[in-house]
Amino acid sequence: MKKVHVTTTVNGDPVEFLADPRETLLDCLRNHLDLTGTKEGCGTGDCGACSVTLDGTLVCSCLVLGVEAEGKKVETIEGMASEGELHPLQRQFIEHAALQCGFCTPGILVAAKSLLEQNPDPSESEIRFWLAGNLCRCTGYDKIVRAVQDAAAEMRGAA
Amino acid sequence: MRYHTPTSFQEAARLAAASGGLLRYLAGGTDVLVQMRAGMVQPDELIDLKHIPGVFDISRNADGGWRIGVAVPGRVLGAHEALCGDWPGVVEGMNLVGSTQVQGRATLTGNLCNGSPAADSVPGLVAAGATVTITGPDGSREVPVEAIPTGPGRTVLKKGELISAITLPPRGAHGGDAYLRFIPRTEMDIAVVGAAVNVTLDGDRIAKARVALGAVAPTVLLVEAAAKAIVGSTLDEAALDRLAAASSAAAKPISDKRGTVEFRVDVVGVLARRAAKIAYDRAKGMSK
Repeated sequence: MKKVHVTTTVNGDPVEFLADPRETLLDCLRNHLDLTGTKEGCGTGDCGACSVTLDGTLVCSCLVLGVEAEGKKVETIEGMASEGELHPLQRQFIEHAALQCGFCTPGILVAAKSLLEQNPDPSESEIRFWLAGNLCRCTGYDKIVRAVQDAAAEMRGAA
Repeated sequence: MRYHTPTSFQEAARLAAASGGLLRYLAGGTDVLVQMRAGMVQPDELIDLKHIPGVFDISRNADGGWRIGVAVPGRVLGAHEALCGDWPGVVEGMNLVGSTQVQGRATLTGNLCNGSPAADSVPGLVAAGATVTITGPDGSREVPVEAIPTGPGRTVLKKGELISAITLPPRGAHGGDAYLRFIPRTEMDIAVVGAAVNVTLDGDRIAKARVALGAVAPTVLLVEAAAKAIVGSTLDEAALDRLAAASSAAAKPISDKRGTVEFRVDVVGVLARRAAKIAYDRAKGMSK
């Protein structure tokens, strides 16, 4: 299988890797770039554990080929904290104990960040619908929703 | 697998026509990548259409209709105010497909070409009278959406042919459309039954109608008898009863884990009634 040379930007850093064209972006992030924060849950776009943004759009990285990332901008969980400072969503997830096993957490944080970028004051219902593609088998979601609400309030300067 | 990134539909069609092995087109990938992972499909050639100019565009045609590129994802359709204003039923069908993440990638053309009888965006397109441009090695032709699927997972597209755009007709004045589906939960499921209705009014009376039903036959159905049942009426109770009866009569579903024949036949009538009321109110400008 002929490998394809892919040049892309991940969390602001220019990167390149050699991809088998059948490999997903998820596989490329984890296996070629050692960015293992993005998790594989189902591998079929149902669980959201592999959520990343591709040119600003929230996607499941298991449903994107690595070769499709050529020339694009990818943002993953590794780019969320800046200069060792946790993002407000990350802090509120800890504050609310909005995780147990933590496997779904990177995907949910990336998805929630994408929500707050376009809707800084989402209702509970909007949060639940937005995150409907992010499955958590531990928490029952209530703590997650409250953490997102509090992070949103903090980011709006309302907290 | 060879990965191709043609920059024109003619080039894509030539690549496809020359291919000897199993071939898939890639736009949103939300079906193709799942099939590849499951081992159901191991393409020899994968043709990524997203490098072709215009595939991400939604543009208004000179006649007032719309041209939708084959890689426009559901999220972009839903954010397009003028398109949502003209064809809310088409957009709401597409926006029911999958999660936020899936909406970031999944396309109308992909939903159509996947060939599922339960595809949520297809009844709305059929009711709207949408057409697709098929490009092949010998040129292009325009085909109604309802002529594309030929059975579950199968389409009329021949080797070397692919869809290069979707065209929605001009909405015109006093028109409205709507799509409803039944699923046993609130979100993120595959339609057990779907129904789309598109009406154009003359005063309070329905001058023109199209009714399309999903998940009640091997393909999405365009039901002329159901449209006739409401044309000329003000969508009174008697007309709604005729619509429901004609829709149920046209349904030829199977029983499976999602629903029985009896349930689907009954519910398709209920959904057709409700969708017709929404379409009528939208045509009246009483709701969005």
